[in-house]
Amino acid sequence: MDQHIIQEFINIVGEKNVKMTTAQLLAYSYDATANYQALPDCVLSPRNTEEVSEIVKICNEHKIPIVPRGSGSNLAAGTVPNSGGVVLLFNHMNKIVDFDKENLTITVQPGVITADICSFVEKENLFYPPDPSSMKISTIGGNICENSGGLRGLKYGVTKDYVKGLTAVLPNGEILKTGGKLAKDVAGYDLTALLVGSEGTLAVITEIILKLVPLPKTKMTGIAYFNSLEASAKTVSSIIANKIIPVTLEFLDKKTIEAVEQFMKIGLSTEVEAMLIFEQDGDLAAVEHDVNEMTRIANENGAIFTKIANDEAEADKLKTARRVALSALSRLRPTTILEDATVPRSEIAKMVNKIDEIAKKYNLSIATFGHAGDGNLHPTCVTDVRDQDELNRVELAFSEIFEEALLLGGTITGEHGVGEMKAPYLEWKIGEAGLNIMKGIKKAFDPNNIMNPGKVFAKETKKRVVLQSVR
Amino acid sequence: MSVKLLMRESFEQHVDEALLLDCMRCGFCLSSCPTYLHTEQDEAQSPRGRIALMKAIREGKVEWDTSIEESFNLCLGCRACEPACPAGVQYGALIEQTKEAIQEVKPQKRLEKTVRNITFNHLFAEKKDLNKVVKLVHFYQKSGLQKVTRKIGFLKLFPPFLNEMEKALPEVPRKVEELTPVKPSTIKVAFFTGCLMESLFQEINDKTVQLLKLLGAEVMIPKEQQCCGALHGHSGELEKGLNNVKINVQAFDSDDFDYIVNNAGGCGAFLSEYEKHLHDNPDFAEKARRFSNKLIDISSLLINLGIIDYLKSLPLSESKVIATYQDSCHLRNVNKVFEQPRRILENLPGIQYREMKKADSCCGSAGIYNLLQPKMASNILNTKMGYVKEVNPSILVTSNPGCLMQMKAGIAKEGLSSKMRAVHIVELVYEQVHRVV
Repeated sequence: MDQHIIQEFINIVGEKNVKMTTAQLLAYSYDATANYQALPDCVLSPRNTEEVSEIVKICNEHKIPIVPRGSGSNLAAGTVPNSGGVVLLFNHMNKIVDFDKENLTITVQPGVITADICSFVEKENLFYPPDPSSMKISTIGGNICENSGGLRGLKYGVTKDYVKGLTAVLPNGEILKTGGKLAKDVAGYDLTALLVGSEGTLAVITEIILKLVPLPKTKMTGIAYFNSLEASAKTVSSIIANKIIPVTLEFLDKKTIEAVEQFMKIGLSTEVEAMLIFEQDGDLAAVEHDVNEMTRIANENGAIFTKIANDEAEADKLKTARRVALSALSRLRPTTILEDATVPRSEIAKMVNKIDEIAKKYNLSIATFGHAGDGNLHPTCVTDVRDQDELNRVELAFSEIFEEALLLGGTITGEHGVGEMKAPYLEWKIGEAGLNIMKGIKKAFDPNNIMNPGKVFAKETKKRVVLQSVR
Repeated sequence: MSVKLLMRESFEQHVDEALLLDCMRCGFCLSSCPTYLHTEQDEAQSPRGRIALMKAIREGKVEWDTSIEESFNLCLGCRACEPACPAGVQYGALIEQTKEAIQEVKPQKRLEKTVRNITFNHLFAEKKDLNKVVKLVHFYQKSGLQKVTRKIGFLKLFPPFLNEMEKALPEVPRKVEELTPVKPSTIKVAFFTGCLMESLFQEINDKTVQLLKLLGAEVMIPKEQQCCGALHGHSGELEKGLNNVKINVQAFDSDDFDYIVNNAGGCGAFLSEYEKHLHDNPDFAEKARRFSNKLIDISSLLINLGIIDYLKSLPLSESKVIATYQDSCHLRNVNKVFEQPRRILENLPGIQYREMKKADSCCGSAGIYNLLQPKMASNILNTKMGYVKEVNPSILVTSNPGCLMQMKAGIAKEGLSSKMRAVHIVELVYEQVHRVV
């Protein structure tokens, strides 16, 4: 990068907010996605919206790529600076700006850690429900860019359902404000909704107004074991058909249970084919009713064991298997690739069976767990990045998994985002018309393609897998 | 060959690729890392960043330079990232291997060299020598020279942090009164005395023995024991440390006792990993396994010997003073001991225990880190003292000599010496028991 451009950055943010050492460039060359890495040219830490605007103007003028980055916990290589350029950090923009109990909103800067928002509002008996598994370290800015999901998505929705307004810096440096502390607002296109989940490809988000809801009074947890996948899937459908919307409804398959048992030795029966963990929150009577009903429905559908936790400590115990699922799997082999193919919840059993078939076909180890209630599965392949032949098979297997998910009315990604990793598959889901209109939107915002280039849109779409076993 | 090329080779040789691949780069370690938090969240100063750097050097993706060296040097080795890691990355082993790889290629800096020289070639190599130094220190304290030099400020010639440490030097040990056992001896315990504890904190060791005897333990102190080797291991001198490891394993290889107890968190963690360090040595593997199996820290052993019931039987104290506890990183993060000392403190008759914020985060002592990285150590200590002041205890309790000295330095630095003191947990328990017995 040109020395006088760097000098301009230094003039804006100050010398110590321009990171350029070898160690620093390498430390911002990756995120949580296996096998993606590229060095940026420099790493900047602006202190306010105006500084972001100044930086963006320079980048736009010189066509320098900008990659906004939170904590780098992305799982689709969305924050890997694959075209070099500037990595933009929000470590200074990490304040809670406003907490409004009358309008039930909280206004935050993008660098605030998600879990800190939750604990801050819970002290006031308010609730910010989106809970991605990485919430202890992920930033809210990252969550907004990825439209992160989480375990509570079934009942409470995902990040986008809680974003009321945004301040964003457009690629030409203009500062845009969308929405507000409003319940209703139909003034023009919904730019808030457009920017949420845009993966840093349209604008740099610098302030966020979030909606809060009252904190539920109680919570109860139960589990059920099944000796067939179908029985667990029928239980999920039946719970919803009985008009119960639990706060979480999580699923673990046999391979995941085996991995957990091998790792933790907590006495899970490895004969079991599937496990469901359900949780309801709200007023005590309603919660008790729902959890008892869900247990009854599980038994009715052939559960071989059910249990309701008596207190929080026991609930934590029951949830252990789900909590450590990824850890347990990750210890089996050197590399862990976590996907998030999603199907309508009625199709879960079919999807899990398909994943097993595909794993066998390519001689891979793929375990599946995830959010059964909303059909958001996490087929997790344990492999070894050093084995190129196996990696090729992993890629083929995931292509087939995406194709199957689409055939079942699902999507290639439920909550991780497209990033660089799934860009070649985007057209499979949205079609040529979808891709064209999205590209048009991108061009309208960012004609010079400086905002997180190479993400969401691939150079070319992957050739579709022709499936023999169609429908 | 250039340093850059040699470094890559050395990393290939010393740093285990399989351990590096355990890291999924999820970032869950970030918020547990004191240096990440004290550098405005600089990823290059985080566990995930350091692992990425080890991997990149090993693979030749980046070339060795001072920024990379700084990143490794700034690591406290507190291992708070290990409990935070969902993938079970053995960070402690990786940073030790990294230090070894660097040590082999890179000549050290002057201050570091001096400190290292004193530490490894003199103090910790032979216990005899350390005792000589300690005698000198005691003479210095006794003779009143301490007051004089403090007044003259001759220590001002050293980095400011050494000044603080000098203030934290322990007083001359007093004779420890014996406690009458409450039950006949039923169990035999071998005491790993630790070199710092035995020399600078002799009084605490004496009190440790008394407390064990009080609760019916017969205490043996194998004479051949040496420094545990932790300081060597943490500084890339593992080979030198391994000599000590073998001597100790041999010294404690006996069926005469049921436990090997230690009262220094830093030693305890390294002792518990003897098995790992000697697992491929046919002469020592089995002995090392026996050693690690018998190993226990003082708080856990006191609880096993029934200290809680004993404390409950003591008359209640009319007035209670507030105490708080600073975890020893290695006792907590490696040996997973953090409930036991708190349980003891909560049951002391004259103590009202109050937990401070971030008690589980490093105090900045970290072996000889505070001598090598005085600036970062001092920043971390300042943050720590901020949390201490929120609780405002009369007594600040620790489980490791390094932490104890660091906390004493912190109290002195904050000008709190008149109303707050730092103690080892053994001192406080002894004091409380002795008061009523």
